[in-house]
Amino acid sequence: MNETRHRVTLTVNGVVREATVPGRRLLSDCLRHDLGLTGTHVGCEHGVCGACTVLLDGEPVRSCLTLAVTVDGHEITTVEGLARDGEPSPVQRAFAECHALQCGFCTPGFLCTLTAFLRDNPAPTEEEALEAVAGNLCRCTGYQNILKAVHRAAELQAEEGGA
Amino acid sequence: MKPPPFEYHGPVTLGEALDVLAEVGPDGKVLAGGQSLIPLLNMRLAAPAHLVDVNRVPGLDGIEAGPAGVRVGALARHAAVERSPRAAAVQPLLRQALRLVAHPVIRNRGTVVGSLVHADPAAELPAVLALLGGSVRLASRGGEREIPAARFFTGPMESALRPGELAVSAFFPALPARSGTAFHEVARRHGDYAMAGVAAAVTLDEDFTIAAARVACVSVGPVPVVVDVTAACGRRPASSVPWDAVADAVRERIEPEGDIHATADYRRHLTGVLAVRALRDAAGAARGEES
Repeated sequence: MNETRHRVTLTVNGVVREATVPGRRLLSDCLRHDLGLTGTHVGCEHGVCGACTVLLDGEPVRSCLTLAVTVDGHEITTVEGLARDGEPSPVQRAFAECHALQCGFCTPGFLCTLTAFLRDNPAPTEEEALEAVAGNLCRCTGYQNILKAVHRAAELQAEEGGA
Repeated sequence: MKPPPFEYHGPVTLGEALDVLAEVGPDGKVLAGGQSLIPLLNMRLAAPAHLVDVNRVPGLDGIEAGPAGVRVGALARHAAVERSPRAAAVQPLLRQALRLVAHPVIRNRGTVVGSLVHADPAAELPAVLALLGGSVRLASRGGEREIPAARFFTGPMESALRPGELAVSAFFPALPARSGTAFHEVARRHGDYAMAGVAAAVTLDEDFTIAAARVACVSVGPVPVVVDVTAACGRRPASSVPWDAVADAVRERIEPEGDIHATADYRRHLTGVLAVRALRDAAGAARGEES
């Protein structure tokens, strides 16, 4: 079948990127296959696991539940875009320090989700941190170290802000 | 899992959207937030020939809160309605229910009107609309019609929406003075669909006796089940209501089915327990207490 293809322009991690995709191309596949950004991981492909979470105009969304054509003209931030000047972001550093990942498959989704969460809520309570990670599945860590990392990232972010 | 092929339409005005929907008729499906539709496409449980993406249509993302209630536009995301202080002031049940809808990341994209049209009997928002006696406004090339909740939900995942129509907004009425609401549910995992859930609204008289009380139950029938428990509560203050009898009155009115998540009996039991919790909290809120 000859599918109609659509030209989409996305600003991904600050860089304007173009792709020509069929209407059914998921944003997750557009990022990985069309743009070669394989940092975004694809787990369940029906919105349950959260591995594919990216930032759409700064807000975390499931890229597997978003069509690339729908977000034509919008800004996307993937895990590849979280570091600043080659330095890992506070959330990334906290994950490394707290051993908040083992196999790492779910990590890009956690990092994107938490980057937005800590931007909006820089000093979360334990309960708020739990709610923030509840939509992302991790099969290795048991979440305890991920929760530690949320609070550590908040500290690192506060130190950076104060510096 | 990838969506099956479809013809994509990206209208940029409401008129254009309605023209496309009229043209494609029963082969068309509207895409707004996509948080229910795209999983169905990915799992190939739905395969519409035409997808009409309304995300570029201006003017559909409104959240208008007035003394009569809250009107929510087709593109108002769950998160925007949840965070709206004016919506919460006029109809607190919206925020109480939205906090139970999936996860924050899903709520960033999913829409309130989309949840209503999806008409999942396990979902929170259809129960809210049914409990409050709200309505959904449907637009087509021929004009608009406003369908009350009692006639909007027609079966599991089925609504009164006809081919060629777009649900442009939904209206959630405010409650009278001295009213309170609450929503309680039990799910296997946080953010999952509830095994049972109950939205409650209670209105008190000037002497704080119960003047009206009703609940809407999720996951226990083909559509949200609204039960008026005013008579079961009696004209008493909440502190002396025979709550066990109220729970039984609710249990008698529902017909839950069993599945791998819960037996029918367990769902019936849970619904009674949750109804009492929600009604007591709603009565407390009606007296101006924090729940």
